[in-house]
Amino acid sequence: MKKAFPILGVLTAILLSYALYQALVVAPTEQTMGNVQRIFYYHVPSAWTAFILFFVNFGASIVYLMTRKTAADIVALVTAEVGVVFCTVVLVTGPIWARPVWGIWWTWDMRLTSTLVLWLIYVSYLFLRRFSSGGQTPSLAAALAVLGALCVPFVYFSIWFFRTQHPQPVMGGGGSIDPRMLHALLINWLAFSCFAFLVCWSRYRLERLQRDVDQAHALQSLLDPRGSPR
Amino acid sequence: MTPPTGITRVTLLKDLRLEWRSKDAINSMLFFSLLVVVVFSFSFDPSAEESRQIAGGLIWVAFLFAAVVALNQTWAREIRNQVLDAYRVSPAPANALFLAKTLGNFIFVSVLEALMTPLFIMFYRLRALGPAWQLIPVTALGTWALVVNGTFFAAMSLRTRSREIMLPLLLFPISIPALLAMVQATTAILSGENSARFWIVLLVTYDLVFTTMCLLLFETVLNAE
Repeated sequence: MKKAFPILGVLTAILLSYALYQALVVAPTEQTMGNVQRIFYYHVPSAWTAFILFFVNFGASIVYLMTRKTAADIVALVTAEVGVVFCTVVLVTGPIWARPVWGIWWTWDMRLTSTLVLWLIYVSYLFLRRFSSGGQTPSLAAALAVLGALCVPFVYFSIWFFRTQHPQPVMGGGGSIDPRMLHALLINWLAFSCFAFLVCWSRYRLERLQRDVDQAHALQSLLDPRGSPR
Repeated sequence: MTPPTGITRVTLLKDLRLEWRSKDAINSMLFFSLLVVVVFSFSFDPSAEESRQIAGGLIWVAFLFAAVVALNQTWAREIRNQVLDAYRVSPAPANALFLAKTLGNFIFVSVLEALMTPLFIMFYRLRALGPAWQLIPVTALGTWALVVNGTFFAAMSLRTRSREIMLPLLLFPISIPALLAMVQATTAILSGENSARFWIVLLVTYDLVFTTMCLLLFETVLNAE
């Protein structure tokens, strides 16, 4: 396992550089939008990665509620953290693209609004984790994660009633896309997923170590009340 | 042993009696929403036609903020004298307590709404152009959605530092779909432009799902250590 981490790191670096080359050089320039369209190769893969991470967070939270395994709790924590980062990337790259193409930074359209609400839900999850202390955090956070995930379809359906301005989804939307563009998109998605996995993994190890250290400190102060933890 | 419905009833009656004697929650909610109404009318100064478009949002924002005031007090009362700890060690089901608290808050917020609605109508010169009776199910369902989540998250934020800040941080994001539904349904009814049916169905589903989940998860929250 120890060796797998640097190998994955190198692999991710290669994939990311290849994906960058694909997105900036190989993929053809879009006819009407021009080069600004290339942000799409970062925007869409980040969104997909964030959704996957939030989904894993939901699964890990259910597993935690059923088994009370620490590992499940840590997975839920790190996927929420990294998911919020990717979701932030989506919310930042969107307006950068929208300004030259739509002429506005932001519109209260279905996809934009539901992504923003999703982001709000998971930020509130991170707030809860930060503000609650001690051993009760995992259960409270898991309960919130389950409610938050159940909220997502409601968010989607309620905002569905607003008029949609966002471009139709690339996959299954029936739109035509140059195969080289699709290739660049998928490669970027793969690279981003690997990157997210790598960050989650390293964050997982860090959190694990942190908890071990905390536990050792607590144990030491129990055994030796006079001595301060070294 | 007392059946769960008995525990719910006893707790609910106790809360109602406490509230009847102190009137803490209802007074602070009333004054708070009155302030919101006044401040909003200063900042918008709408005509009758405009107020029909914005009143749905104003009313529900006022009620949401006012409800948070009451929700924050729900469990604080049980912390003094360790009532909540006593409840946790007793064999009484956690759900019975949750249901009692939710019903209590539902009654408080409904009373607030009943008292505030005439004031809203007066201040904003409201007259529904759509079917006005639909406002009753919308209000009941919307209030329940706020209160069931609010009671749940109030219990959750009880376990955190700075709990009074935590409740809105947890409650508002999850309530966005319900809030959107209430506001849109109210606006649709007041302006009479389109049907509120979609929003009512959405609220019913939201209430069902979240009531079930809160009942399922409340024991975890109450006993989290």
